[in-house]
Amino acid sequence: MIRVQQADFDVAGEYRNLQQHGLAGAIVTFSGLVRDFAGDTSERFFLQHYPGMTESVLNKIVSQAQSRWPLLAVTVIHRVGHLQAGDQIVFVGVSSAHRKSAFAACEYIIDLLKTEAPFWKKEGRQWVDAKQSDQAAADRWLTADDS
Amino acid sequence: MSNANAITILYFASLGDALGLSEERFSQASLPADVASLRAQLAARDAKWAAALSSTNLRCAVNQSLAKPEHPLCWGDEVAFFPPVTGG
Repeated sequence: MIRVQQADFDVAGEYRNLQQHGLAGAIVTFSGLVRDFAGDTSERFFLQHYPGMTESVLNKIVSQAQSRWPLLAVTVIHRVGHLQAGDQIVFVGVSSAHRKSAFAACEYIIDLLKTEAPFWKKEGRQWVDAKQSDQAAADRWLTADDS
Repeated sequence: MSNANAITILYFASLGDALGLSEERFSQASLPADVASLRAQLAARDAKWAAALSSTNLRCAVNQSLAKPEHPLCWGDEVAFFPPVTGG
């Protein structure tokens, strides 16, 4: 399940949804939060996205994860709009029969989301620059395709 | 409204701020052959456009899929230009 929304999300509730799949032996969840930025806490944090393309890219990433690992359920939630330091911004939850595939798939999805899904962060008046370390994290999965 | 002889162009994040524009309907007599051609025509508008579109890491999507400079265009297409993504 993929959701792009302004509203906050409830990790406990999302965990219970993943637990509904009876054969799950492992659930791995990741929550991303807005870091404290640039000292001035009165400055607002804004998340822009490309409606339509965002959902199709997230669907593609989840499909790729499902083809690489035996997953029972996947939840991806990403918030957009105005947020504040400390707010939850992204959730990835994966259930599988075994922990290794659940850990790997969860990390794969967040790594690919960060470099492929069309979201842009603005801290105060400054758009955030893409990080080379994020690209390297995603590339690690893509080059592993050949193994 | 018909999309005949028009392309919808979207500009996101820092690019949209630099141009002071997030969306336009691009319409003229002849269709730009590909993404690179459209980008060159936009950059030729004035110094502000030339500077904003000069970034080498600018990405492009055609009809919401990432597209290379040589991707051909059709009237009615939705073309988006944006900087590298920073979500998550």
